[in-house]
Amino acid sequence: MIVEARGLVKTYKEVVALAGLDLAVAEGTVLGLLGPNGAGKTTAVSILTTLLKPDSGSATVAGADVLADPHEVRKRIGLSGQYAAVDETLTGYENLDMIGRLYHLGRERSRLRARELLERFDLADAADRPVKTYSGGMRRRLDLAGALVAESPVLFLDEPTTGLDPRSRTELWAIIRDLVYRGRTLLLTTQYLEEADQLCDDIVVIDHGREIAHGTSDELKRMVGGERIEVTLPHPHDLERAKAALAPIAVGEIQVDQATRTLLVPIAGGAQVLTDGLRRLDTENIELSDVMLRRPTLDDVFLSLTGHHVEEGTTAEVTP
Amino acid sequence: MKGFMSALGDGAVIAKRNLIKIIRVPEVLVFVLISPIMFVLLFAYVFGSSIDIPGGSYREFLIAGIFAQTVVFGATFTGAGLAEDMQKGIIDRFRSLPMSRSAVIVGRTASDVVYNVLSLVIMGLTGLLVGWRINNGVVDALAAFGLLLLFAYAMSWIMAYVGLMVPSVEVVNNASFMVIFPMTFVANTFVPSDNLPSALRTFAEWNPVSAVTQAARELFGNIPPGTPEPTVWPLQNPEIYTLGWVVVIIAVFAPLSVHRYKTMRASR
Repeated sequence: MIVEARGLVKTYKEVVALAGLDLAVAEGTVLGLLGPNGAGKTTAVSILTTLLKPDSGSATVAGADVLADPHEVRKRIGLSGQYAAVDETLTGYENLDMIGRLYHLGRERSRLRARELLERFDLADAADRPVKTYSGGMRRRLDLAGALVAESPVLFLDEPTTGLDPRSRTELWAIIRDLVYRGRTLLLTTQYLEEADQLCDDIVVIDHGREIAHGTSDELKRMVGGERIEVTLPHPHDLERAKAALAPIAVGEIQVDQATRTLLVPIAGGAQVLTDGLRRLDTENIELSDVMLRRPTLDDVFLSLTGHHVEEGTTAEVTP
Repeated sequence: MKGFMSALGDGAVIAKRNLIKIIRVPEVLVFVLISPIMFVLLFAYVFGSSIDIPGGSYREFLIAGIFAQTVVFGATFTGAGLAEDMQKGIIDRFRSLPMSRSAVIVGRTASDVVYNVLSLVIMGLTGLLVGWRINNGVVDALAAFGLLLLFAYAMSWIMAYVGLMVPSVEVVNNASFMVIFPMTFVANTFVPSDNLPSALRTFAEWNPVSAVTQAARELFGNIPPGTPEPTVWPLQNPEIYTLGWVVVIIAVFAPLSVHRYKTMRASR
């Protein structure tokens, strides 16, 4: 295992950020750390990248011990943060050149590497403009490029696409896939099930600083189910009848939300099953106000695994 | 030795980055350079007409004090710069790189010397315009400027520590005002300390800002003839006393700041 962590615990005053987390990433694979805000994702990444000392537990990254030999770890990793940590007043080129010098690549190689990465990340035209003129997607790409300057074998990407528009997100996904294709090992954190599904070989779902599920994307989907039909009714008294009518097409438990008069039906089979479902509701003469076919979200994962929704902001993600 | 060289090498990279920022945001520089001019003019013309220095001119007396005050205030930039880097998450990036653990602070304190050199040049020129003169020759004058810069450099290390301890730039500014105002006013910077009430007078006599001011005044030849000799050791030996403070401050605050940098919590 190129990244291995055992029993990581970190507490801030009364808030438990990590409550005994184990992680293992095999060389050349992508591990996704999936969880809501405040689940402990950033804390875990901070410990593995030597920014933070755990209260207890141990970890090795690329053969170096995070606690005993942090300097060696830093030589072998690249980090790209949740908030694009690039210098706004410097140009894109100056940012990457500086990072190269601080990795001790030497003057020539730092320059070369900076130009190379700007080219590869489609930032060559903006290379000599201050970063404050960049769009959100461009900043994120530059930040990611910063993690790649030294061609480190292990990369940590903390929420690489949070807050990006769908197009920028797809672009970044393509870049990340390419990295894996080139043999890098990645640990990435995300709040999006779809992102973990798209990019990760292995997914660890965490909540309140501990693992609540672990598996490949397919295994997780088997636990969580595939797509969902969301049916909203105008009349609350129809809810039970509708649930009964849809039971034959559901592959898991149907969730009923009285307050929003909504049924959530996990299905297998997509649009065809949706048509079937609508036919069944029509046969029962049940009026509808809205119908939607959608992919499972992080919230659905939590609902399936823990029986409760994602609780936002129950634990603070590392704030000063 | 290897650690020391990499602190210098990486520190130089950081200092270069800070200097690029000075050029990119020239507004900051304009303020840095205009406020000392304003100080020289305000004190020379507002207080200059009502403060009497027996046997000498207040403007000559004043300039060394303004130099000292301005370079001490310059240390605030060190703290503010580090606090800003922390707020923006750039310190986290630096902390994840295999660079020297003191380089961020070494680079910051070094680049802030440039601010102080620039403001000393501007203030010196303004001073010459309003009647200040260097009476003891170039070598002594350079020694005076050197001592002022060394003292300012030591102050930068104090503010570096403050900058890494507090959550935002605003707090750095407020905290430093609370310390730096008394330090630079309860001293012989603007009025002779002999005139102060006794408790304040003792503070002023032992205040290192008084010593650096006294040293600069002597080296510039701005002590009016007939001024009574200082009665306390720090002002009788202002150069040694100032250098002593420089050494002590750096010896205490350099390890403190670097330790803080190493162990601080990730900023996000």
